[in-house]
Amino acid sequence: MGINATLIGQMITFALLVWFTMKFVWPPLTAAMKERQHKIAEGLAAAERGVHEKVLAENKATEILKEAKAQSSEILGRAEKRSSEIVDEAKGEAREEGERILAHARSEVEQEMNKAREALRAEVAVLAVAGAEQILAKEVDAAAHSDLLNNLARQL
Amino acid sequence: MEGSNRDLLELAVEKQNTTEYIVHHLTNLTAGEGFWTVHLDTLFFSALLGVIFLVLFTWAAKKATSGVPGGLQNFTEIMVSFVDEQVSSTYHGKSELIAPLALTIFVWVFLMNLMDLVPVDLLPLIAGMLGIHYLKVVPTTDLNATFAMSISVFILILFYSVKVKGVGGFAKEVFFHPFGKWMLPFNMLFKLIEELAKPISLALRLFGNLYAGELLFILIALLPWWIQWTLGGIWAIFHILVITLQAFIFMMLTIVYLSMASEDHDH
Repeated sequence: MGINATLIGQMITFALLVWFTMKFVWPPLTAAMKERQHKIAEGLAAAERGVHEKVLAENKATEILKEAKAQSSEILGRAEKRSSEIVDEAKGEAREEGERILAHARSEVEQEMNKAREALRAEVAVLAVAGAEQILAKEVDAAAHSDLLNNLARQL
Repeated sequence: MEGSNRDLLELAVEKQNTTEYIVHHLTNLTAGEGFWTVHLDTLFFSALLGVIFLVLFTWAAKKATSGVPGGLQNFTEIMVSFVDEQVSSTYHGKSELIAPLALTIFVWVFLMNLMDLVPVDLLPLIAGMLGIHYLKVVPTTDLNATFAMSISVFILILFYSVKVKGVGGFAKEVFFHPFGKWMLPFNMLFKLIEELAKPISLALRLFGNLYAGELLFILIALLPWWIQWTLGGIWAIFHILVITLQAFIFMMLTIVYLSMASEDHDH
């Protein structure tokens, strides 16, 4: 035991150890730790930001959805209105067309009737003359009454 | 009559052997004469443990990433942040030296103390086979080792005192504290005692604890082999606490002394 030169040797060893630790051990380790701390803090902040952004995006999405719904219902209403309009228009046109066709048909029918009446009237005269001839043939001398008959025919 | 004499003789021989065994275990491997004697074992083991500490921590520091740390980096970072916490909670100045100094003291002293848990006869036995007849494996049971550290710390205390307060401030503290200028000799005496108590108590505390621990292990080794594990086990488990605590105390007091040295009393 007792103090001797070992003390000096030990002091040198100690000084070297401290110097080395100060130079090569402490700075890189603390630097790495600080950097990791920084990274973790950044990561946490980013996560926080992400959550915030997600909430914002959700809000935006619901807004857009609401807008789209309103738009679609509006479009639907307009389409319905338009379709009923089209139907009404078509109905009107159809009625007009029908009426026109009906009128045309009626006028044609009238024309045909008139024509037929004319034809019948002509025929009736002929028939009446023929009937009268046959009746009168026996009692009327054609020659004698020819003037009369001709008059009659002319009157017809 | 003759039988009892023989018994006494045997007892005396046994006692002689026991004493020899203890003294042998407490004798350093030396070289040189007088003051220039060096304890080769103390120097060798402390340097070896210091190199182990540096290699381990430098390796970890080289590979240190800010990403996911591995096992070794985790361990070193725990040590570093533990020491850093102690330093930043106690030492309020700004110094590049204090924290690495504290880390070195803690780990180095712990490793040197840890040699105490190596079975007392193991390394001396191996050394004996190699022709080395004295070996004290725990450097902190050597006053030279503990005083080397405490005197280094003492020099740093003086250095920081002068650096922070200036030569004048330090002189003022020596001469006029705590009783004012009319009690100047007493002030000097007080300061001298106060300052000298620091390195002496630092060194003797560590030395005393470890020396006593080592001595107890040697005594336990003298017990019959079949009972050794009981006391040896208990003492070893208790000693795990002691060696860690002593390393911690040495580090903590170093930080406290240096922070005291860096604080100005007047302001």
